[in-house]
Amino acid sequence: MNRLVFAVPFALAVLVLAFGYWGLSNGRDPSSIPSALISQPVPDFALEPIEGVDTPGLSTADLKGQGLTLVNVFASWCGPCRAEHPILTRIGREQDLRIVAINYKDQPAAAADWLEELGNPYALIGSDLSGRTGIEWGVTGVPETFIVSNDGIVLHRFPGPVVGDGQRRFQKALDAAKAAQ
Amino acid sequence: MIPELGQFAIALALIAACVQSVLPIVGAARRNTLWMASAQATAVLQAGLLIFAFGALMHAFIVSDFTVRNVVENSHSLKPMLYKVAGTWGSHEGSLLLWVLILALFGAAVAVMATNIPLALKARTLSVQAWISVGFLSFMILTSNPFDRVFPPPLDGQDLNPLLQDFGLAIHPPLLYIGYVGFSIVFSFAVAALIEGRVDPAWARWVRPWTLAAWMALTGGIALGSWWAYYELGWGGWWFWDPVENVSFMPWLAGTALLHSAIVTEKRDTFKAWTILLAILTFSLSLLGTFIVRSGLLTSVHAFAVDPERGVYILGLLAVSILGSLALFAWRAPAMEGGGLFAPISREAGLLINNLLIATACATVLFGTLYPLFLEAVTGEKISVGPPFFNAAFIPITLPLILVMGLGPHLSWKRADLPGVLARLKWIGVTVLLGTLVVAWVADGGPLLAVISMGIALWLIGATVQDWARRVKLLQSGAWARIKRQPRAAHGMSMAHLGLAVLMVGAIGASAWKTDTVSFAEAGTTVPIAGFEVTFEGIEQVRGPNYIAQVATLNVTRDGAFVTQLFPERRVYPVAQATTTESDIRQTLAGDLYVSIAEPAAENAEGLWTLRLIYEPLVNFLWLGSFMLVLGGALSLSDRRLRVGAPRRAAPLNATPAE
Repeated sequence: MNRLVFAVPFALAVLVLAFGYWGLSNGRDPSSIPSALISQPVPDFALEPIEGVDTPGLSTADLKGQGLTLVNVFASWCGPCRAEHPILTRIGREQDLRIVAINYKDQPAAAADWLEELGNPYALIGSDLSGRTGIEWGVTGVPETFIVSNDGIVLHRFPGPVVGDGQRRFQKALDAAKAAQ
Repeated sequence: MIPELGQFAIALALIAACVQSVLPIVGAARRNTLWMASAQATAVLQAGLLIFAFGALMHAFIVSDFTVRNVVENSHSLKPMLYKVAGTWGSHEGSLLLWVLILALFGAAVAVMATNIPLALKARTLSVQAWISVGFLSFMILTSNPFDRVFPPPLDGQDLNPLLQDFGLAIHPPLLYIGYVGFSIVFSFAVAALIEGRVDPAWARWVRPWTLAAWMALTGGIALGSWWAYYELGWGGWWFWDPVENVSFMPWLAGTALLHSAIVTEKRDTFKAWTILLAILTFSLSLLGTFIVRSGLLTSVHAFAVDPERGVYILGLLAVSILGSLALFAWRAPAMEGGGLFAPISREAGLLINNLLIATACATVLFGTLYPLFLEAVTGEKISVGPPFFNAAFIPITLPLILVMGLGPHLSWKRADLPGVLARLKWIGVTVLLGTLVVAWVADGGPLLAVISMGIALWLIGATVQDWARRVKLLQSGAWARIKRQPRAAHGMSMAHLGLAVLMVGAIGASAWKTDTVSFAEAGTTVPIAGFEVTFEGIEQVRGPNYIAQVATLNVTRDGAFVTQLFPERRVYPVAQATTTESDIRQTLAGDLYVSIAEPAAENAEGLWTLRLIYEPLVNFLWLGSFMLVLGGALSLSDRRLRVGAPRRAAPLNATPAE
């Protein structure tokens, strides 16, 4: 029998392992699948405010007819959230944008302390204690920031912190969203 | 102190493995009996040391030693004892220790129990097994030491993920690992055979019990995992084609093909290269599974913490073992063919078709699992492949496989009499056709594919039972004596084939005729489902050992008559800051009525709860079928032919040593 046939499994294995190596080495994030929500209306949800924080809760209705809105998913236990917090705050202030938040799987007291310490740029904050709403939004990790249009349509999903290169990419998406309004 | 001793034991085990990986195989090449026999001692020593290390880690969990990082991250002093023990293998490091422990135990088992195997083959096999040990032990010592200390020690631990606090899951990983890692010894046998340059019926016979044992454990492990997803996760499904499920399913498919192909090698001295290839691939797929689960290469609901450094190390191990063995295969296997010829209609041909179909099914699953990675590498596009692909691709391959499976055992070796077999199965065919019509009538519509599949499952049942009854001449006097006289392996085959048919019935029923409703309920709400009426009575707060639960009371009636009460729960684990859903189920063979509750439906929803009701017809046949598969394996494993009457190797005609 042809000897080459016996080398086929070897060649296929080389191929699979090469792809595996590629998958590990270029710093890709396997969970960054594009959101199925893009160009779709925001999911139906209604979240209570964080216990002990004055900011009201967040629900689907709050994202319609209120102009371009950023929906920031954060948690007090998440380091990168802390890093992006001042930048998001500045973006909101300088570009006159409404920012609302989903507080993801967080203890109310810890979240309240966090906002106390770092400032609260959010118009509304929903407390997603169980992570259920996070699932509705397709959140794979915190932080994540969504750009939602005036009609309550999800225009962009930005996973990861809005810092450094991320800030540049986020601003690009934001400019595109503003132009589309 | 004890954790340090554990760590020390791991280091010593690595040294033992290093010795074992060189001495016996060199001894086999030089015909040095003493060097070859040393494998026995090092294999047992290695296993003993790892048992000690594993015991040390378990001890740290049992006494809640929070100076050990692994215990801090995965345990809590208030956790029930069973889950403290299970916490030993709940983390990456602990499960890796379990992995190498099982690897060493299989090595030691071969060293001690396999007394009928020629010394040289045994020595080479144990050396190959030690190569794998060296790879994984060094991986553990260099990147994932389970005994790392932490200072200052915290007051209490961070608790094991509550989803993992379930009895099914406590024993699921060990079983799955016995399956995964059990195939390592088959792999070692295959590589040793390639090095010797010789595969014959005796080899196939020696390897068979090990393959069977690993296959049984893997079958049990997969079934338990699926059972866990169904009962604990509260998702109302039992198979999701998730990457982590797929990577356990692929070795199972390859292992199943291997079991069958090894029979042909054993009985007819052919399919040699193919059997060797399957032995290598089965373990390679197990390794790939370990790699995928631990490297974060693909997203999954059950993956371990992602760590690229570990990923690269495992990939290196994979490359060495898989590419090394396949290169050896490409080099040595071409000289191996030959053996018995057979006609296009024969038992061999049936098993060949079986193997081709299973291999195709396995390749399909592999392709679907890795496709997102391929696509992203080539085009940069990111996608996920879900059940629609797998169902569309897998089912059409499986159905013909089941059809042939019914026929296969009726065919004789070398040349079978197809018209005769078909004549024998005539009445089975007619009965199955009628049965299928009954199914279509009872199901009242439903997808056509489901009705056809059900017919095929019935065919497998009929054909298997007919084959068994014919072999033991069930209807003539003295049948019991004949049943006892028949080799257990033959009964095992019938049992396993029947089990697969039963499993299929469950799978078809639960996927095609399932009904599912989600509704908001308050006290007094009644929801109808599949002929039942379910009334929501209310919620009660209950305290558990390390959680707080909200328990709902549901009254189930059918046509006004009381059937049962169900109590689904939602548990909040304050320490781990997580909630889990404990569904409640009314189980009957006809189907499961499955209820779960979710949190209050938020906004202005005082007293309103989300109630999920699912009716899964026939789903228990899945577990029954899985059990029968394992039982079939056990029957076959207990066949005395595997234990006594040590097969003698025929003297080779032109005996040239391989080295």
